[in-house]
Amino acid sequence: MEESGDRLKVNAGAKALSVAEMESMAKKLRRHIVTMIGKAGSGHPGGSLSAVEIVTTLYFHVMRHNPQDPRWPDRDRFILSKGHAAPVLYATLAECGYIPVEELSTLRQLDSRLQGHTDSNLTPGVEMSAGSLGQGLSFSIGAAIAARLNSQQHTVYVLLGDGECDEGQVWEAAMSANHFKLDNLVAIVDRNEQQIDGWTCDVMDLEPFGSKWQSFGWHVIEVDGHDFAQLIEAFEKAKSVKGQPAVIIAHTTKGKGVSFMENNPDFHGRAPSAEQVELALKELQ
Amino acid sequence: MDRSVSLREAYGKTLLELGRENPDIVVLDADLCRSTMTYHFSAEFPDRAFDCGIAEQNMVGIAAGLAASGKVPFASTFAVFVPGRCFDQIRMSIAQPRLNVKLVSTHGGITVGEDGTSHQSIEDLALACALPGFSVIVPADAIETAQVVRFAASNHGPFYIRLCRPALPLVCDDSYRFELGKAAVLRQGTDATIIAIGVMVTAALEAADNLKREGIDCRVLNMSTLKPVDESAIIKAAVDTGAIVTAEEHLENGGLGSIVARVVAGNHPAPLDFVAIKDTYASSGKPAELLERYGLTARDIEKAVRAVIKRKPK
Repeated sequence: MEESGDRLKVNAGAKALSVAEMESMAKKLRRHIVTMIGKAGSGHPGGSLSAVEIVTTLYFHVMRHNPQDPRWPDRDRFILSKGHAAPVLYATLAECGYIPVEELSTLRQLDSRLQGHTDSNLTPGVEMSAGSLGQGLSFSIGAAIAARLNSQQHTVYVLLGDGECDEGQVWEAAMSANHFKLDNLVAIVDRNEQQIDGWTCDVMDLEPFGSKWQSFGWHVIEVDGHDFAQLIEAFEKAKSVKGQPAVIIAHTTKGKGVSFMENNPDFHGRAPSAEQVELALKELQ
Repeated sequence: MDRSVSLREAYGKTLLELGRENPDIVVLDADLCRSTMTYHFSAEFPDRAFDCGIAEQNMVGIAAGLAASGKVPFASTFAVFVPGRCFDQIRMSIAQPRLNVKLVSTHGGITVGEDGTSHQSIEDLALACALPGFSVIVPADAIETAQVVRFAASNHGPFYIRLCRPALPLVCDDSYRFELGKAAVLRQGTDATIIAIGVMVTAALEAADNLKREGIDCRVLNMSTLKPVDESAIIKAAVDTGAIVTAEEHLENGGLGSIVARVVAGNHPAPLDFVAIKDTYASSGKPAELLERYGLTARDIEKAVRAVIKRKPK
């Protein structure tokens, strides 16, 4: 493992991927996501596909972690608060080597380690059992406080959905993260602007979203959540913020990469048919 | 009259001792640290005490994250708020991942008194006992409270410990040693068994003394661990005494009575009666007035014992 100062070396000494390599990894992850949800016959493709570049940047470029030692105490933490996006995390953990790639086909099956929503008891590399929205930011605050108490240098990253920010607990947590001055905490909001019942502005308007976070005491960074260069820069900036937590509002497209899933709330929580999987995989070559 | 001692005070002081012994102990509050008495800890260890403000959902989530990183968090507020206000957070952030979080709630039951319904927790034991993997404990006095808190600190897993607002007479002597899932036999007896928790243990002892004068010989159990419950003590009570009365400062549904009924019905059916709050919310009032109004006195237990004995098969 590299020295703690060098955060761009990941994966037990493996080099951080270049942007070009991450582009190709993102396509691979999208293929896994579509295939595994199609096989399972249920699941949430839309919010997994929108988060692919965010999760890829973290696991293959930003975070220090070790697939051979998932519980390494000094690892950067990735907490998936939007637990329904479990497929993007499972696909990433498989490509990192936490679990075998073949295991992805067991998604949502009886006794599978890959439950419908994340289960920290079962899956190596999964930090938190999630699925009931709004709880991950609080959990991450606990992890960030513990790191500070232990004088550890790692960073806690937590990915929230934008619809998830309807939950009051998110704002209780947002207030407290600044109160506790947690500059080792970076939240990312997958701002795909959709939730189950439609566009977030129609279901429950979140705007002015960035200024909400700002007024809760966060350093706010807004990026195109599908642009690796912007994401890398945002994570570097977030790391450098002192005395307050940072949030990256990543503007994304729900269902990104599969034409008929993009911006289609129907694919929030519905699996593609076998034919649709075929079509999607063609688009993702 | 026995000397009454505050359970909350015993909690706060034990927490302080534990804090000195174990640097991983951390304490969380929700704007009530003077009522929960955790301020004993926070005064000496300000860097390990986190007041989360009036935000219980966030507090238990932070506790979960601390536990997942190897800390031993004690999170405290009134029992109406934890578990009542944040049941799903406890369920998904603590119970499902079996995290090492200790939820210690004060002000359980109706003896909160004058604050009234909004502050009287009468459903919390049903909620806590429903959570797979949780240990649920209701100490009966300050001596037991200190031991239970110490036990929870050194045994992995999620705990819910319910304390009450008023100071209570001591029912455990200095030789008492708390064991998880083990009822304490406070009186031996052959005609009926009174199984009690918390505030009601003193009332059970008083009832047993009064019934003795009538020639009714009662066993009294302090069933401080509701979960995992001491099934063998319950079965033994049914076998030896043939009739059981439960007594708790909680709704009749889902608390001690329900648990005892399940064990008795499944193992050795015997007549039962339940001294508990019937399906209702309670009023403001002085604790003693409320116990009287809602049927939670020694006299209510005595009446139940006489009735249940009559139902024994001839």
